[in-house]
Amino acid sequence: MIRDITLGQYYQADSVIHRLDPRVKLVATIGFIISLFVVDSWVGYVVAALFLACMIKLSKVPFRYMVKGMRAIVFILMITVVFNLFLTPGEPLVTVWKLTITKQGLRTAVMMAVRLSFLIVGSSLMTLTTTPNSLTDGMEKLMKPLKYVKVPVHEIAMMMSIALRFIPILLEETDKIMKAQIARGADFESGNLIKKAKAMVPLLVPLFISAFRRANDLAMAMEARCYRGGEHRTKMKPLCYHAADRIAYCVLLVYFAGCVAIRIFF
Amino acid sequence: MSLILDHVNYVYGEDTALAVHALKDVNLVIPDGQFIGLIGHTGSGKSTLVQHLNGLMKPTSGAVYFNGEDIHEKDYDKKQLRSKVGLVFQYPEHQLFEIDVFKDVCFGPKNLGLSQKEVELRAYAALKQVGLEDEYFYQSPFDLSGGQKRRVAIAGVLAMKPDILVLDEPTAGLDPKGRDEILDQIAKLKEETGITVILVSHSMEDVAKYVERIIVMNQGSVLYDDVPREVFKHYKELEQVGLAAPQVTYIMQALKKRGMPVDTAVTTIAEAKQEILRVLHR
Amino acid sequence: MGIIKTDKLTFEYIRRDEEGNVEGITRAVDEVDLDIRQGDFIAILGHNGSGKSTLAKHINAILYPTEGTVWVDGMDTQDEAHLWDIRQEAGMVFQNPDNQIIGQMVEEDVGFGPENMGVPTKEIWERVEESLKAVGMYEFRKHSPNKLSGGQKQRVSIAGVIAMHPKCIILDEPTAMLDPNGRKEVIRAVRALNDVEGITVVLITHYMEEIIHADQVFVMDQGHIAMEGTPREIFSRVDELKELRLDVPQVTLLAHELREKGVDLPEGILTIEEFVEALDRCR
Repeated sequence: MIRDITLGQYYQADSVIHRLDPRVKLVATIGFIISLFVVDSWVGYVVAALFLACMIKLSKVPFRYMVKGMRAIVFILMITVVFNLFLTPGEPLVTVWKLTITKQGLRTAVMMAVRLSFLIVGSSLMTLTTTPNSLTDGMEKLMKPLKYVKVPVHEIAMMMSIALRFIPILLEETDKIMKAQIARGADFESGNLIKKAKAMVPLLVPLFISAFRRANDLAMAMEARCYRGGEHRTKMKPLCYHAADRIAYCVLLVYFAGCVAIRIFF
Repeated sequence: MSLILDHVNYVYGEDTALAVHALKDVNLVIPDGQFIGLIGHTGSGKSTLVQHLNGLMKPTSGAVYFNGEDIHEKDYDKKQLRSKVGLVFQYPEHQLFEIDVFKDVCFGPKNLGLSQKEVELRAYAALKQVGLEDEYFYQSPFDLSGGQKRRVAIAGVLAMKPDILVLDEPTAGLDPKGRDEILDQIAKLKEETGITVILVSHSMEDVAKYVERIIVMNQGSVLYDDVPREVFKHYKELEQVGLAAPQVTYIMQALKKRGMPVDTAVTTIAEAKQEILRVLHR
Repeated sequence: MGIIKTDKLTFEYIRRDEEGNVEGITRAVDEVDLDIRQGDFIAILGHNGSGKSTLAKHINAILYPTEGTVWVDGMDTQDEAHLWDIRQEAGMVFQNPDNQIIGQMVEEDVGFGPENMGVPTKEIWERVEESLKAVGMYEFRKHSPNKLSGGQKQRVSIAGVIAMHPKCIILDEPTAMLDPNGRKEVIRAVRALNDVEGITVVLITHYMEEIIHADQVFVMDQGHIAMEGTPREIFSRVDELKELRLDVPQVTLLAHELREKGVDLPEGILTIEEFVEALDRCR
């Protein structure tokens, strides 16, 4: 059920991309997303596609595996396309009943679809090649300047990494409680929305209780192991840039400059 | 009235590279009124098997028949089945959710669409069957002790008046006395109502005292299915699959080795005591 | 003074009803005096609710006594200046294997303690390696904890404590949620720590077969220590143990019951070999 969603779950492989510093990948992903909105010509999209394709190739993540995890997103993609297709005013191309497809509509729809799917593939490439832990590490380090404006950067990163650790455990627990209640004759499927919502009570109450109990236990275990926030802490896996990371930044810069150039000249 | 598993296979993640064959050609007949121990270590397939008994899981191949009917037929009433084959999961107290004990126990029978009066009668009877005193009925289930919570959870399944009661590790996490109390209560219940009980455990010592039949699971298949004394004869094979016979089996084996003419097939302390006394006073 | 010492340790908590009014006071730990020598293997037995876990949490300064004092290596746990030293010296392993692993990779979890203590990066790696080797989990260092068995998870938790280089380690029912194989794995790892590394062990449990190798056993009931002695001394008192909601290994029980029937067996038999020897002499 819920566990089938593989969108962006870490894919173990040994590749240049996997070994890059998470900060590079974070910055690159943001850069790539911005670039998608910078370019607005076909040439630009071809360049973006090439760039993305190279990265996927380098990452050694099978393309089929990436696409498989995207099924859940297809629905959102379709909605966007349909809305753009029919609701953009302009020069009519085809009219079916009351719906009109315009030339501009077609153009925006296709562009939107391309942008969105590039965006999703691009960002899932980051999560596919970076463990959640190094991702949070990268974020913590990148956001460090925010500490001076009183943003609890370390705490946010710690919360994220704990959440990531407990998601599979809580999913399993949900499955277990659900089965146990079904064994007591509960019905989670039939009935209208209100009835369905009511049927969730026997699932949610035990789940919340369990989550709180786990949180309590975990807090105690962390304190017992001398956890006292981000101060005084050293890192087992400190982040530091290597030659490959610097090269990656250069590549990114060239790509981004190219995109800007395309925007200006095409 | 019986439950039959006919060539049941179950494979997790069938189409993937990580497919796990959790049940391999399991054939079992569970007749009325038996007290059965289902033993196996973690990952032996016993939990998967248990979920096949009330239709929570569907076999990849093979069939499950309850009273002669295939439970995965299209029009089969699964809800009715689940009331007849009551399943108490491991740590069942983790599913309690109502504001008081009595309401929680009512949940099962209420789902069966019974009248309010019948629901309450059943809940009351079930709470009595697990030996919970009246004073706790209107307390929040979360204020009870571990052992009491577990009783409430078991009552929640009993209130559906099952013909077969399956308990997955009902003593996990309890202290020795709490463990004995729960098992004694189940044995008493079995005695009084004649219900079929399937006790899932990884401890031979716990079940040896109570059950009349032991099913040993290993790597998804049924390794042994016999009366306890026959199963424990295979204590060496049991060790190889990560299980062990009760300590009393080893004691008797050691005595025999020493040249004492004892019957090594005894399964409980009481039997061992009689046997040793017999040999000593001969 | 031993590594852990308590003097009239008492812990009370206030029970409140739903409106927050005081309903009563429960004494979870009642005037407990302990003095544990460095390097010993101590077992604390007791039924659920006997106060043994509450007692354990005092040693790690997670709870503070209502009355009395707890010293860990000479440091008073109520002295805030020593809080982190105490938590480093007296490591703690809890019951639920899932709720105490913080890292998403085995080695990262083991490194969590040293990270908090501010150990330099290079040394963290050395400590992680030696601790994982000590519990036999080194080959799993790159695994996700979610994929491990219960016994393996508990061994990772133990490694996480050893990496902090504690003088003693308190295990609060580490095997209660495990299957028999997992239990054996964990107890083996704990015994190795005590034998090889000389770490003081305080094992809290209600499984009697786990305490056979302890140097000293305390049995708790209603917050105070009801029995105290070597495993053999404790196991000689079968009837008392039963009253305290505990049991004894089958071999001890069988010997006890035969003795009641007039068979001349000594009390406190712990192993099958002893039983066979003793019974052989009765013939």
